[in-house]
Amino acid sequence: MRVSELASKESRASSPSDAALPYVITAENLTKRYGDVTAVDGISFRVPAGEAFGLLGPNGAGKSTTMKMIGGVSQRTSGSLNIMGLDPEQHGPEVRAHLGVVPQQDNLDEELKVRDNLLVYGRYFGLPMSYLKPKADELLEFAQLTDKANSKVDALSGGMKRRLTIARSLINEPRILLLDEPTTGLDPQARHILWDRLFRLKEQGVTLILTTHYMDEAEQLCDRLIVVDKGRIMAEGSPASLIREYSTREVLELRFGSERNASVGAELGGIGERVETLPDRVLIYAHDGEAALEQVTARGLRPVTSLVRRSSLEDVFLRLTGRSLVD
Amino acid sequence: MTKKEQLAKPIQAAGTTAGAAAAGTALRAHSPEVSAARARRWGAFYYAEQVLRVMKGYGWTIVMYGVGQPVAYLFAMGVGLATLVESNGAGVFGGVSYLTFIAPALLISAAVMTAANEFTFPVMDGFKWRRVYYGPHASPLTPEQIAGGQIIAVTVRFLLQSAIYFAVVALFGASPGAWGWVSILIATLAGLSFGLPLMAYAATIQHDKGQFAMVMRFIVMPLFLFSGTFFPLDTLPLAVRWIGWISPIWHGTELGRVVSYGYEEEPWLTVVHVLFLLGLAAAGWILTKRQFAKRMAS
Repeated sequence: MRVSELASKESRASSPSDAALPYVITAENLTKRYGDVTAVDGISFRVPAGEAFGLLGPNGAGKSTTMKMIGGVSQRTSGSLNIMGLDPEQHGPEVRAHLGVVPQQDNLDEELKVRDNLLVYGRYFGLPMSYLKPKADELLEFAQLTDKANSKVDALSGGMKRRLTIARSLINEPRILLLDEPTTGLDPQARHILWDRLFRLKEQGVTLILTTHYMDEAEQLCDRLIVVDKGRIMAEGSPASLIREYSTREVLELRFGSERNASVGAELGGIGERVETLPDRVLIYAHDGEAALEQVTARGLRPVTSLVRRSSLEDVFLRLTGRSLVD
Repeated sequence: MTKKEQLAKPIQAAGTTAGAAAAGTALRAHSPEVSAARARRWGAFYYAEQVLRVMKGYGWTIVMYGVGQPVAYLFAMGVGLATLVESNGAGVFGGVSYLTFIAPALLISAAVMTAANEFTFPVMDGFKWRRVYYGPHASPLTPEQIAGGQIIAVTVRFLLQSAIYFAVVALFGASPGAWGWVSILIATLAGLSFGLPLMAYAATIQHDKGQFAMVMRFIVMPLFLFSGTFFPLDTLPLAVRWIGWISPIWHGTELGRVVSYGYEEEPWLTVVHVLFLLGLAAAGWILTKRQFAKRMAS
């Protein structure tokens, strides 16, 4: 089976002391079907405590469905799932008590004030007000929302709401934080602030499980990730090892104008390790991008623009699926 | 630090928790096991607390509605209309004033109308509009507890509103019996009996195409008018009398009359009223629980 083969590439997973490692999440052959549609198609993975683990894939790949099953709010069709030693279907409340959840769509209580959102949420865990009041202030500080404590939620910007949702997910001091597309829809500055907060949590040893369709986010935050497409795992590994395995060190991006990309693409054979022709540009995968560019110009081809960059997870995804990640 | 090094490092840190280190203080949440045990036991009340907090935001409206509605109705019907009605012979009203006759009916109807609001739009808000149910759904609370919590909170509103209503009725001198206050509980039960099946229905709606307005116009209004509210049910022709028989307003009103002025009816009928209201509320609760669990797990 492909998944187990991939898993065995991970040096850790193949060691004999496997069972002794404190995996906080173990999924085996996890499957979810909605009628005829198979959203998650037999995926298996394990996450050790403290890891930042990512699910990277395009919209509709089954990432959110997987997150809902881990979060103990959606029932699987088949396979097994174990969170902190518990099956979320039999021990829903116990599993959810361990988790902090940042859903894809913010579901803050817009009628309550910012601080009250944290207090109310903490009550769902049976936490006493003597703990919640100072804790809420701490988390507002952490989320850089202290001066908004008494504002109504609908007065917040998108980035602020996202940070409040993260603060809310931390009210019970979870050891595992589930983040479903934490920065989708945010502007670059808001994303960077958010990444910084997530880094701090990682430094504190919180296990982060995040889905994203942004490769830069996955590269920044994830120790290890699975690339998911159509409900299946395409590859698994650290961002660096995936890039090493499925791409070259550098990529030369050439644009010849949308009319000519395809025809010129055919003339580039032999340069670099691989040529990928896309509608808007031609990608040449090579160890040395500058050298590849010299070869291109030596053949008398004049691109409108050229760019040499490092390979990214986007290239890995393109290689694995033949499609780009964000359409 | 490389990714590989980061990979090797953090297993040790499994016990570290997020927030405590964030602030470096001694604040500590109780363990997840305690959270889960408490939520299993008290979860519905935790959610009720949230709903009541939100209600506090429009608390003034609730109080004004609670006071304003009975004053207006009792004055218009019980004082104004009564002069006309009573001059045509008060015999049909069991020997009591018209005001005394309609007061329990108005009290019960007010609770049912509140139910028609509280168990429709907020449910849609929870599942669809602002998706407020999905926040607590990710916490240890279960869908059944979220439904239960909302019901508890609305029950509190019924009690408060009916108590205010009853106080106004008493001020009008329209509840002569010593047991009149029991109608506060009857109104609450009638509200649940009408509201819980409605809540189960509201939880099935995927798209709001004006269903709730239809419920208001074609169910609540007819029930209000033909439930023996303004005249005894048996003065209606048989062809429409069944509306009263299936109406929580009628069953509640008859009970209200028994406790507020000693209205005499067959004892078995009193038992039927209680069983009807309890049965409908119980059936509504079972369906609501089922529908919440089903919809939230998908």
